[in-house]
Amino acid sequence: MGEAIVVTSGKGGVGKTTTSANIGTALALMDKKVCLIDTDIGLRNLDVIMGLENRIIYDIVDVIQGRCKLKQALVKDKRFDSLVLLPASQTSDKSAITEDGMVQIISELKQSYDYIIVDCPAGIEQGFKNAIAGADQAVVVTTPEKSSVRDADRIIGLLEQEDIQPPNLIINRIRNHMMKNGDMLDIDEIMQVLSIDLIGVVQDDDEVIKASNSGEPIALQSKPKSAIAYRNIARRILGESVPLQSLDEQPGLFHKVKKFFGIGAK
Amino acid sequence: MTLEQKSQFITIKGTREGLTLFVDDLCSFDDLLADLTEKIATVKPKQNEPIVPVVVDLKNRYLTKEQTDNIRQVVENGNCFQVQAFHSAVIHKEEAKKWKEDQDLKTFEQIVRSGQVLHVKGDVFLIGDVNPGGKITSTGSIYILGSLQGIAHAGVEGNKGAIIAASYMKPTQLRIADYISRAPDYESEGVFMECGFIDKEEDKIVIDRLQNIVVKRRYLKEPERRMQNG
Repeated sequence: MGEAIVVTSGKGGVGKTTTSANIGTALALMDKKVCLIDTDIGLRNLDVIMGLENRIIYDIVDVIQGRCKLKQALVKDKRFDSLVLLPASQTSDKSAITEDGMVQIISELKQSYDYIIVDCPAGIEQGFKNAIAGADQAVVVTTPEKSSVRDADRIIGLLEQEDIQPPNLIINRIRNHMMKNGDMLDIDEIMQVLSIDLIGVVQDDDEVIKASNSGEPIALQSKPKSAIAYRNIARRILGESVPLQSLDEQPGLFHKVKKFFGIGAK
Repeated sequence: MTLEQKSQFITIKGTREGLTLFVDDLCSFDDLLADLTEKIATVKPKQNEPIVPVVVDLKNRYLTKEQTDNIRQVVENGNCFQVQAFHSAVIHKEEAKKWKEDQDLKTFEQIVRSGQVLHVKGDVFLIGDVNPGGKITSTGSIYILGSLQGIAHAGVEGNKGAIIAASYMKPTQLRIADYISRAPDYESEGVFMECGFIDKEEDKIVIDRLQNIVVKRRYLKEPERRMQNG
């Protein structure tokens, strides 16, 4: 029996879709059977970030309206056999699916997948209600901006009224130098307002944008900090306890030696 | 002037503040009204007489709004009397319930998040935070064990004696009765253990150290006092 996790944020553009794609990919990397569901009907993106756009034949609206079987609509990932995507429709709108339909699809998927990651649309209207219907867990994504934290707070309030486990938090797009200067909200401030469990911090990284554009989720790369962060989030979802990544740039050995002798940059 | 009259149902007593009518609480209302009309009729209003305030003491009698209006009319009609208050040792169940509700301190353990509104009748004690965008309102005072960063509105039905106290205060707005104060436009740090209340001299909401509320505490008791004084 699998577990359904909805990735949500309230505010748009904070990285829900990127986060969904990367958590899904990272879980698949750890040999879990994963299904990604895009519920952003009319504005689908998850397929683009996964690089699966040209393989879509049926979508979630077709499934709910009975034009195809659920299995037919699932798009297999090109890298992992254990990863599939249930794409959103680009031609309908959010009212094309219902909460009951979502619950049914998710319970069916739970039979054969370990994790079902639901990518939620921005906003708190019908699309949001559809996305959280049937979810067991929720992950709230926020960026260190006041507006985004405000919306996350609203979303957490709404999630608390649902029959869902207490949501977890991912702080996305952290810019270390701005946080240090106090130009951005720091992690403690955000945690104080939202007071829910933190399961990951992801630094702002040009590589993420590059990877999204090429349809290869960043979590597949080994080096970038954001990739490590996403893999760590996946490990925490699996129940491992992984310490939070240090946000500072790791100074190299040579740098350390120089510092020891008191020369070079601080 | 002390005029004392022995009568069946009504005793009139003069005090320094004016007249007090002691009304028998066992007779019927019609008898009472008849007696009162008779008594009042004996008083001949003189020219240029100052207005005499009258207090009606009903003892254990409960009067409806209509009945008090009746009495008021009889007493004031063509005389230099003005009924100031009705005192009664009993109140209606509904009033008692409302009074109790207003007096009760209700405890909540939750975080009032953005977009949520917590409305409470009476005083409220919140263990948790009011986040930016969240709102807490009450007909009485608001005490918050946590941080207040949203909007707090105490005394929504007009109780100006209500206060707002919080362990950490950085509200977007404080409202008490029909007074509003908002946070300054510049970025400011919050304050710890402070409370907001209406300063009667300055006629606005002020924020002061929590310890200083001891001095202002008498305002908090106001509804109770009002109730006992009728």
